[in-house]
Amino acid sequence: MTPAALTSPQLRDPAWTKRVFWVCAGAVLLAPLLVATEFKPWTLLAPDSVKVTLRFLGDFLPPRLDAEFLAMVAREAWRTVAIATAGTALALLLAIPLTLGSTAALSVSALSGRMGTAPFVLRQAVRWLLIVLRSVPELVWALVFVRVVGLGPTAGVLAIALTYSGMLGKVYGEILESGETQASTALLRNGSQRLQAFLYGLLPTNAPELTSYTVYRWECAIRSSAVLGFVGAGGLGQQMDMSMKMFNGSEVSTMLLAFIFLVWLADLASAALRRALG
Amino acid sequence: MSGAQPRPQAANVPFKAPPPIFHARCAACWIVLAVIGLTVASFASLDLQWAKFFSVEAMQRMGRFLGELVSPSTDPKFIAKLATASLETLAMSAVGTLIAAIFGLLLALPASRGHAGDRALMRAPTRLLLNALRSIPELVWAALLIISAGLGPFAGTLALAMHTTGVLGRLFAEAIENAPPAPGFALRAQGVSDGSVFLYATLPQIVPQLVSYTLYRWENNIRAAAVLGVVGAGGLGQMLMFHMGLFQMSETSSILIAMLMLVALVDFGSYMLRRSLAR
Amino acid sequence: MNSDERPAPGMRIELDSLSARHPAASTGAPAALRAASLTVAPGEQVAVIGPSGAGKTTLLHALACALRPASGTLRLDTIDPWSLPVRELQRLRGRLFLAPQTPPLPPRQRVVTSILAARLPRLSLWRSLRALVYPDDIAGAYQALTRFDLADKLWDRVDRLSGGERQRVGLARALMAPASLWLVDEPLSALDPTRSRQAIDTLTQAARERGATLVASLHQTDVATRFARVIGLREGTVAFDLPGHEVTRPRLAQLYAQHEHELVATAPEPAAPLPVPSVATVCR
Repeated sequence: MTPAALTSPQLRDPAWTKRVFWVCAGAVLLAPLLVATEFKPWTLLAPDSVKVTLRFLGDFLPPRLDAEFLAMVAREAWRTVAIATAGTALALLLAIPLTLGSTAALSVSALSGRMGTAPFVLRQAVRWLLIVLRSVPELVWALVFVRVVGLGPTAGVLAIALTYSGMLGKVYGEILESGETQASTALLRNGSQRLQAFLYGLLPTNAPELTSYTVYRWECAIRSSAVLGFVGAGGLGQQMDMSMKMFNGSEVSTMLLAFIFLVWLADLASAALRRALG
Repeated sequence: MSGAQPRPQAANVPFKAPPPIFHARCAACWIVLAVIGLTVASFASLDLQWAKFFSVEAMQRMGRFLGELVSPSTDPKFIAKLATASLETLAMSAVGTLIAAIFGLLLALPASRGHAGDRALMRAPTRLLLNALRSIPELVWAALLIISAGLGPFAGTLALAMHTTGVLGRLFAEAIENAPPAPGFALRAQGVSDGSVFLYATLPQIVPQLVSYTLYRWENNIRAAAVLGVVGAGGLGQMLMFHMGLFQMSETSSILIAMLMLVALVDFGSYMLRRSLAR
Repeated sequence: MNSDERPAPGMRIELDSLSARHPAASTGAPAALRAASLTVAPGEQVAVIGPSGAGKTTLLHALACALRPASGTLRLDTIDPWSLPVRELQRLRGRLFLAPQTPPLPPRQRVVTSILAARLPRLSLWRSLRALVYPDDIAGAYQALTRFDLADKLWDRVDRLSGGERQRVGLARALMAPASLWLVDEPLSALDPTRSRQAIDTLTQAARERGATLVASLHQTDVATRFARVIGLREGTVAFDLPGHEVTRPRLAQLYAQHEHELVATAPEPAAPLPVPSVATVCR
């Protein structure tokens, strides 16, 4: 090996220039983003901010544990679960017809090759409805409903019902289409109605996956309903909002712990349910 | 009289009745019963104002809202403010996700068992921390952080970062634990320290997954960032609260459209980035 | 020892009635290696042959201190590695090099980084991080690859190489490692006869230049018999320990009894790199 070959250009890292370029491009892109978010971490260390933070954090311990307060927290926690359950139940009711209307697995015209135009347009329209339902954040729905029905759990239940019907509808459709469609196709071919084909063909085959996803969504609904409480939809979130506005650290601390515990319980319940019913 | 002839066997197996629908021993039956019970109890215990919802007054209000919602405001000054708020929301989601990816990776190291013989003493406490971080929703984090960071997008960015660190930290730790062990084994056989083993054996194998999880999480975070302003953390959410509070539904409608467009933009961008990196 | 010094030539190996179990084996199963005894002088080159299941890989892993022996003793340079404190053991491990049967190369890593990873026992964490950003000993990696006829693959990604090329990269790593004991497991399984010849010649020549002890398990008995010393393993015990030229056909037939097909068939190809798993569903 001659010394010249050792210093030949091929011994310089060819990816180096590209990497330096991308790092610089990233930095250039990051700078305006940091400005737009008013990213000033040093403000966290400003003396009055530190004072307020320390006082609030100091209030966290000990958490408020008197019986009356704990009873209230337990009640509100149950309310949060109830809002989530009722919301998911309604979402299920709404999602079922939407799924049946959007899934290609129940298409009669597709049995003989291509789906007809009118059924295709109808299915696409239902899919778009599902997309709209899914894309509007549930918080926005809750804000609207709070102004229509007033504060309280109704707004939360409705908000969850609408958003989650979109999510459930979309995933149900995907599960039905990606699963085994032989049974339902055979039924449709032999002249049964769509609902019959669904109940006797698609549902038994896909029931484990459908239930699994529904239970998982219920678990997410519990988190959502706590968040919706911040805009007045009742439950633990509403109480937390009130306590935070009064800078009552010990109450917030209890409620946060209760919420984390609730989420953990729901996680366990959801896993057990999915194992048992799956 | 000779012994009775043996009875001829039936041609078909005797008919069996189907099992009863509810069987005391069947666990799934009890679970279904419990679920139904929970649902009924939920509806019963909540003070649901169906009457109020379906009342004439409420329907009129909804009708009015819907009417204004279908005619979004296009006032140039308002659109300019909307654009700034959209950029703020986008920036919040991007910076928050980026911070979460960095801290998530740092926390994923103690939260994972590097190899079969690794004692991983910090694994349980770190996982507990990550679970706590992700159990608290972004909105709750925002409300808490506003106390320290003040109103505005900084609190929102930090809130997204805190929650997403918990999510990504756990996902990254699982990716580290599921990485194929062969390259790490060979380096450890040479006595290489854990840090270097991670850099040269584990990390190169999991980078595509890490990036994929981060981009996927960005899609979720743009939706969260859009509504964090409801508690005062800046962005489109803050504008939404303002205009909704004044019942200015046509402005609200524009804000909603901006939110949907932003979400679609980030979904598309994330998808394209994931596709280009998968090649 | 100064970190820039050449490694002390050749490690001495002494095995005394060593028994070791495969880590994934069930407790009732017989040990993969049973009361194996042998001595390897510094700088010696030994080929290990035997049918599959004979314990070749277990032997190499035990020598690499990757497997704790169930009974018996192992001595490397007259020291029992398992009696050492952890830090000393790590330092001892830095002086050996194990090349597993499947090249331990991360698929998306570049060949240059994979090769230079063999020097990691000598680098601090900070230097290894810097080397990840920009490779430091490119010339060394280039030289190592040239000896295995892979110089043009220096900047390629590992998953763009063929199985045989990956295997040769795995061998080239030995040339970069600061090791005085080379343990090579089935280095020729994915190579055709010509390349096999080149690879094994390069490996043995490089080991001789450094004075490193070489222990290679081989499936290709014709290549193995060219070694100065051949150890035949059967069912976890040493069946014979002879100079290469004394390993006759009848001896081989006896070693591979009931596994005759392995005398003619080639060892399985190393596995292809694994695909990236898809993203999991996550809650908001």
